[in-house]
Amino acid sequence: MSSVAQKKGFGATLWDWLTTVDHKKIGILYFLGGGFFFVVGGIEAMLIRWQLHKPNNDFVSAGLFNDLITMHGTTMIFLAAMPILFGFMNAIVPLQIGARDVAFPFINSLGFWMFFFGGLFLNISWIYGEVPDAGWTSYASLSLASPGHGIDFYAIGLQIAGGGTLMAGINFLVTIINMRAPGMTYMRMPLFTWTTFVASAMILFAFPPLTVGLFFLTFDRMFGGNFFHHAMGGNTIIWEHIFWIFGHPEVYILILPAFGIFSEIFSTFSRKRLFGYPSMVFATVLIGFLGFMVWAHHMFTVGLGPTANAIFAVATMAIAVPTGVKIFNWLLTMWGGSIKVTTPMLYALGFIPSFVMGGVTGVMQGAAPLDYQLHDSYFIVAHFHYVIVGGVVLAILAATHYWWPKMFGTMLHEGLGKVTFVFFFIGFHMTFLIQHWLGFWGMPRRVWTFMDGQGWNMANFISTIGAILMAVGVIVLVINIIITSVKNVRVSNDPWGDGRTLEWAIESPPVFYNFPTTPLVRGLDTVWIEKMEGNEAGYTAAEPVKDIHMPNGSIIPLFMSLGLFVAGFGAMFRTETSWGLPVLIIGLAFTFVCMSARSLIDDTGYYIKKDELLRDMKRKGGQA
Amino acid sequence: MAEIEVYKRTPAEQAMLKKRAKQSMKGQIMMFSLMIFLTLISFSMVVAFESGVAGFSKYFIVPMLMLFAAVQVGLQLYYFMHMSEKGHGIPQMFMFTGALFGFLIPLTFATIVWW
Ligand code: HEM
Ligand SMILES: [Cu+2]
Repeated sequence: MSSVAQKKGFGATLWDWLTTVDHKKIGILYFLGGGFFFVVGGIEAMLIRWQLHKPNNDFVSAGLFNDLITMHGTTMIFLAAMPILFGFMNAIVPLQIGARDVAFPFINSLGFWMFFFGGLFLNISWIYGEVPDAGWTSYASLSLASPGHGIDFYAIGLQIAGGGTLMAGINFLVTIINMRAPGMTYMRMPLFTWTTFVASAMILFAFPPLTVGLFFLTFDRMFGGNFFHHAMGGNTIIWEHIFWIFGHPEVYILILPAFGIFSEIFSTFSRKRLFGYPSMVFATVLIGFLGFMVWAHHMFTVGLGPTANAIFAVATMAIAVPTGVKIFNWLLTMWGGSIKVTTPMLYALGFIPSFVMGGVTGVMQGAAPLDYQLHDSYFIVAHFHYVIVGGVVLAILAATHYWWPKMFGTMLHEGLGKVTFVFFFIGFHMTFLIQHWLGFWGMPRRVWTFMDGQGWNMANFISTIGAILMAVGVIVLVINIIITSVKNVRVSNDPWGDGRTLEWAIESPPVFYNFPTTPLVRGLDTVWIEKMEGNEAGYTAAEPVKDIHMPNGSIIPLFMSLGLFVAGFGAMFRTETSWGLPVLIIGLAFTFVCMSARSLIDDTGYYIKKDELLRDMKRKGGQA
Repeated sequence: MAEIEVYKRTPAEQAMLKKRAKQSMKGQIMMFSLMIFLTLISFSMVVAFESGVAGFSKYFIVPMLMLFAAVQVGLQLYYFMHMSEKGHGIPQMFMFTGALFGFLIPLTFATIVWW
């Protein structure tokens, strides 16, 4: 295989993408897959808001409304936000630590395909016509009673996708622990790498409970189990505990990488080192740890008793402290910096007030007595959209603009980017700010429609208009992406001109082996240090040019995931059809055959020869 | 293929490594005897209880057995699985975090779900 660009036919290109184990390509696959589901979830959101834009509306039926809210929440969390963040982690983290790939490229690809097939499985419920309808939390007392296969799609689809997530998490942990370039100590890692690390550790601890919970649910629904049947000696509350032991860490798994993204953006465009770097790292780790100690704040009204509620209330409020530390560090990073308001920076500026508002309502809900008033009202809806949209989605949009050149080699149009921001930001506040009051005025969450004359009409109408503005913002972004890709103006290594971390020291997009020679890291923001000392290239090599070992691509991850996907249908139809059981067995067997093929057939990869590297480097004008 | 490098130890290095290996061996043997000793005590306690020796009640033996078990796990990890050596910081951190969660969460369940 040669690194010199060749024109390939469509078939060869497709094959290349289906079998790729290159972290940059897998990053793009995650980005596109997550982007697709983001659009699907967005359409669901628009339908929900349209149903609620006036009282007594019957645009959708009550049953379909339940389908929509369930699939909206599940899709956005598991299939949009997390995969898009994984996309950035894949594309950027190995570059930031000076590595040539992740630790387990094969597992990386397997993780992506499992997410993809899991998401597909879940969404096939729409085509089949029986859709999950017990909310994204799928509380057992509802989900066990739900007729049809809707909840089965949820349980099996998330099981497959969740397995992929767990693999991705473990892969990032091992990568960051073992593959850092010489000189890249833990306390020199860029914050996006740090937050990826902590979020991955949280995945490692939080996803097994979800797996267990989903298996229990699967057994209760499809194999005659009674884990959650109170009449049969089970306990329906246990599902809630298991779900939230996973679920609360999950929300931090989403927000920590977002914090990392904004930390990079703040310091890049304030042209200043991140203020209080050690305290940022400490706060990240502490948030990750505390995130496991607060799950019962979602269950205050279940009746755990005053002692348990008090303990969890205090633990919950404690999280606000490290979060506050971060907010102040970002403000102080900008303080005295020479700020450049680019599109990513604009998102970062918008993020601070938005996220603080979400944090404050979080602390309000964390006070157990007040939560008795707020729970299951629109106030909760407002809270989590402030943290998730005002935090995670703004970060995703910011990162899309910030790292687009690194991922795709072109620069998104700044003007259109700012238009997107304005529409999205105004739309976001318009949609969700008013929902706090809707909650105070007594509107419960997850209601299909509401009656006239309760004073909720205007607020709901405003909220729907806001949602339309957000949609306009996203459409402008899509147009921006299309225009940029068609124009295809290639950019240099560091198109922002202010890059501080290693990804900006190599081409956009990087060659498939990333670094011709492993870089030497000389401090935090190593590229910035090099540039300040007059080294334009931004990096110093830690070793002479040597042969590079690379892994071969493989179609096996796709096949393994496909086997699980097929087995899922078998499990679902096992009791009512004669083909269910055989399909379940065949699917699993196929996966195991693929696994053994991978284990038994040695694939030692290949080497890129030194001559070829030198030729590449000469062609580019010889950096390093 | 990457070249294979042959690295020769200096005599001083060799001596030091030998000394270290010897020390580690000594530690392992000592800990091994201690573990056997703890196991013996555990069994004797149970036998003493079974044959009704005064002072060996259930409420004494069960906590003692738990304690011994914990010590044994610790010794196993540190001396035989080499966790005391350098470069094990990260595995230790993950193990302790996992153990802590694995203890706290069932404790919570025991107190607020199953009590
Ligand atoms: C200062 C930090 C935070 C605190 C104190 C906090 C507190 C809470 C509490 C007490 C609830 C439960 C309310 C109820 O159902 O009655 C809740 C719900 C929720 N929070 Fe937060 N939160 C914080 C940050 C976040 C972040 C960063 C995210 C996500 C990125 C998030 C996402 C959610 C979600 C999705 C729910 C609703 C879950 C559901 O019932 O469907 N929160 N929060
Ligand atoms: Cu929570």
